[in-house]
Amino acid sequence: MKKEKTFLQKVREWPLLLPVVALFLVMAVNIIYDAANGNNPFTFFMITLQNTTGNGTILYGRIIDILNRGSEAAILAIGMTLVVSSSAGTDISVGSVMALAASVCCVMLAGFGETSVTELRMPLIFGVIGGILIACVCGMFNGFLVAYLKIQPMVATLILFSAARAIGFLVNNNMIVYVRNDTFGKIGGFTGIIPTPIIIALVCVVLTALILKKTALGTYIQSVGINPKASRIAGLSSVAIIFMTYVICGFFAGVAGIVKASRITSADPNNVGLYMEMDAILAVALGGNSLGGGKFNLTGSIIGAYTIQAITTTLYALGVSTDQAPVFKAIIVIMIVAIQAPPVQAYFRKRRAAKLALQQEVA
Amino acid sequence: MDKDVILTARGITMTFPGVKALQNVDLTLRKGEIHALMGENGAGKSTLIKCLTGINDFEAGEIRMDGIDGPVKNHSTRDAQNVGISTVYQEVNLCPNLSVAENLFIGREPLTALKTIDRASYNKRSQIIMDDLGIEVDVTQNLENYSLAIQQMVAIARAVDMDCKVLILDEPTSSLDDEEVEKLFKLMRDLKAKGVSILFVTHFLEQVYAVCDRITVLRNGTFVGEYPIAELPRVKLVAAMMGKDLDALEAIEKENADFDKAEVVIDAQGISHTGTVKPFDLKIHKGEVVGVGGLLGSGRSELARSIYGADRASTGTLKVKGEEVKIAQPIDAMNRGMGMLPDDRKAEGIIGDLSIRENIILAMQAKRGALKPIPMKEQEAIADKFIDLLSIKCPSREAKINQLSGGNQQKVILARWLATDADFLILDEPTRGIDVGTKSEIQKLIIDLAKQGKSIMFISSEISEMLRTCNRMVIMRDGEKVNELSGDLTQEGVMNAIAGGEK
Ligand SMILES: Nc1ncnc2c1ncn2[C@@H]1O[C@H](COP(=O)(O)OP(=O)(O)OP(=O)(O)O)[C@@H](O)[C@H]1O
Ligand SMILES: [Mg+2]
Repeated sequence: MKKEKTFLQKVREWPLLLPVVALFLVMAVNIIYDAANGNNPFTFFMITLQNTTGNGTILYGRIIDILNRGSEAAILAIGMTLVVSSSAGTDISVGSVMALAASVCCVMLAGFGETSVTELRMPLIFGVIGGILIACVCGMFNGFLVAYLKIQPMVATLILFSAARAIGFLVNNNMIVYVRNDTFGKIGGFTGIIPTPIIIALVCVVLTALILKKTALGTYIQSVGINPKASRIAGLSSVAIIFMTYVICGFFAGVAGIVKASRITSADPNNVGLYMEMDAILAVALGGNSLGGGKFNLTGSIIGAYTIQAITTTLYALGVSTDQAPVFKAIIVIMIVAIQAPPVQAYFRKRRAAKLALQQEVA
Repeated sequence: MDKDVILTARGITMTFPGVKALQNVDLTLRKGEIHALMGENGAGKSTLIKCLTGINDFEAGEIRMDGIDGPVKNHSTRDAQNVGISTVYQEVNLCPNLSVAENLFIGREPLTALKTIDRASYNKRSQIIMDDLGIEVDVTQNLENYSLAIQQMVAIARAVDMDCKVLILDEPTSSLDDEEVEKLFKLMRDLKAKGVSILFVTHFLEQVYAVCDRITVLRNGTFVGEYPIAELPRVKLVAAMMGKDLDALEAIEKENADFDKAEVVIDAQGISHTGTVKPFDLKIHKGEVVGVGGLLGSGRSELARSIYGADRASTGTLKVKGEEVKIAQPIDAMNRGMGMLPDDRKAEGIIGDLSIRENIILAMQAKRGALKPIPMKEQEAIADKFIDLLSIKCPSREAKINQLSGGNQQKVILARWLATDADFLILDEPTRGIDVGTKSEIQKLIIDLAKQGKSIMFISSEISEMLRTCNRMVIMRDGEKVNELSGDLTQEGVMNAIAGGEK
């Protein structure tokens, strides 16, 4: 006696339901706000071509802005998702590692001791590789502490959370290093009419998705996250897999750091990636992933990252000041996370069951 | 309610998404009786128990208890305890990183005059409880340091120590040896004499006839009937459970060749594991099934684990097919053609949130490496094959493994290892929690594997099961290999050897 699931049931069981609903809500707020102000209600969705003095013709619109500015969070969310899944903990050092990667990249391009250059001292690619490499080394350090020494992820990554920025200052010779160069600027600028960060984020996501699809790594990571002991008996090396996810997380922190540095044409260890670890972790949670590890949903995390950016952008559009925005952001996040909380979910399930039982009785 | 009835459940109905776990099930427990709850894997026994104790929220039906007006509605194990129901669940759910004593008293710690926890007193009381049961443990040690069987005894001791009117035991004997089973039965009879009613689930039919007064049978989530023990002989019980007559257990034909001349697949010399297994030598030949017998805590599982690398051997050398190998972790052993089904399926077997399919192919995939994923079509074919072969009862192969009944989870983990096609398989309690029908299928399967030239190390707390399948038996005592029996294995011979009659 197998009943086909109704459309509604299928939607309810859809893992992306929550992040998508959250995103729609943000859009709705935009529409209502614009309509109330006598603007075109669909301003939010409008994408136009605009001529600018610096960048020539480029795409312009609120959605483009969200996709562009959300790139770093989306890139970080990829690594964070894997770390959460494998080790049931979070890597809180990603923001600081971004800053360090930015410093190493900029100092390599500018030369040690320089504070402002317009000419690159070496090909761009070396700086990029340098920045990403140092971030990977940070990932290895975190991974070593968590996987081999079995230190709590939060505690282990706390070390670089505070140290990486300081190392960034050492690298920078205690200064902010400006690299005002067009080639470098492209990373955080525009490629043709499209903002480059969007392309970079897309490449990162697609690459990760492909690797997960074409290898068994996804199953390995989840399996280790759910039951490391059983995974070991079944032939997986929990230690190596957890280590690997931290290195991947470091790698993406490096990429995000370089994008950010290019965007602001400088490496400022105090500000690059500030509070970004929060956004990355939130993105994972918003995406419907349990912070207790195990099963993960990469698409959810990515949507989560852009949702957070959409909230921020919307708040600014609504005229909320930069200082107050976090308050509203916090309220919205609390609501979204509360809906996902097990007791609340259980309550909804119970109500549905009661309704179902009633229907059956009537029938 | 009748005067001699302590608990009734009427018309209990409970559904999980896609599964009607219980449909209109009745249960009547009388005062001072031991009542068996029987049924195949997935029949709904554990689900019914969890309805009684408030873990499951059933949709229809009611539970009544003697002395309480109106229906009883428990919301948690705690509630159930308050109305006098004490429970040992199928999967030991104590805290591995707390001490034995803490586990015994968690939630009901004795207090000192200052309202602080009285450690000294509860350590002392715990030691007395465990000594009374004749279980040798240091109650200040963490629970995880002890074998599954001892953990099971601790769970039982905890439940029994609580003042209760109804004691529920869901497969408490699944990893116990005859001796511990006897201890448990004595305990159960004592409680019964005090008027406590006991609901007892087991897949060992002889245990039912040894202690029970009455039997309730479930099949596929429905109530089949309630019978006094005298009216339901073994054959009828099996028929009631399966819904058809079981073909008289056909004698299983094991190969009784002379293995001495066969190729030596495993040659262990002086292997030991500090603290649990003393250095031992062991040879296993191609096509041979070797049983490992011994009392609780004799180091049976530990011996297997030190060969497989689940616990790294402290000393000794291991040769696989004549070649010396270094094994640091399980994957090394797997790459040499070994496999091991561990006895603790919850802690070391199931990957709870993954699907049945993913759980089955996991070891196979680990062996191939991450870069060579098994194509989805092939994964599905493998999963379907084993679901069919081991009659795994599940809504679909994509269902999560933790939504299966205990016995069906065990089958999935067994399937995981059968799928790896290992030349040497260690099976630690492979039939733990598996119902009578499937059990003999699995025993046949093991013998078939041996006939195909696989070598098997078989560990079971059920001696008769090993007698049926093994060509040779290794006897362990206090972490030491004390004897090897081959040729005509008899129950008596093996029991004598285990008890230490001869050396
Ligand atoms: N949490 C759950 N989610 C979905 N289905 C479940 C869940 N728990 C149990 N079931 C289903 O309910 C049915 C009855 O399971 P139950 O655990 O009660 O069986 P059982 O009689 O105890 O079997 P066993 O002898 O194997 O322990 C099974 O088909 C099982 O798949
Ligand atoms: Mg059960």
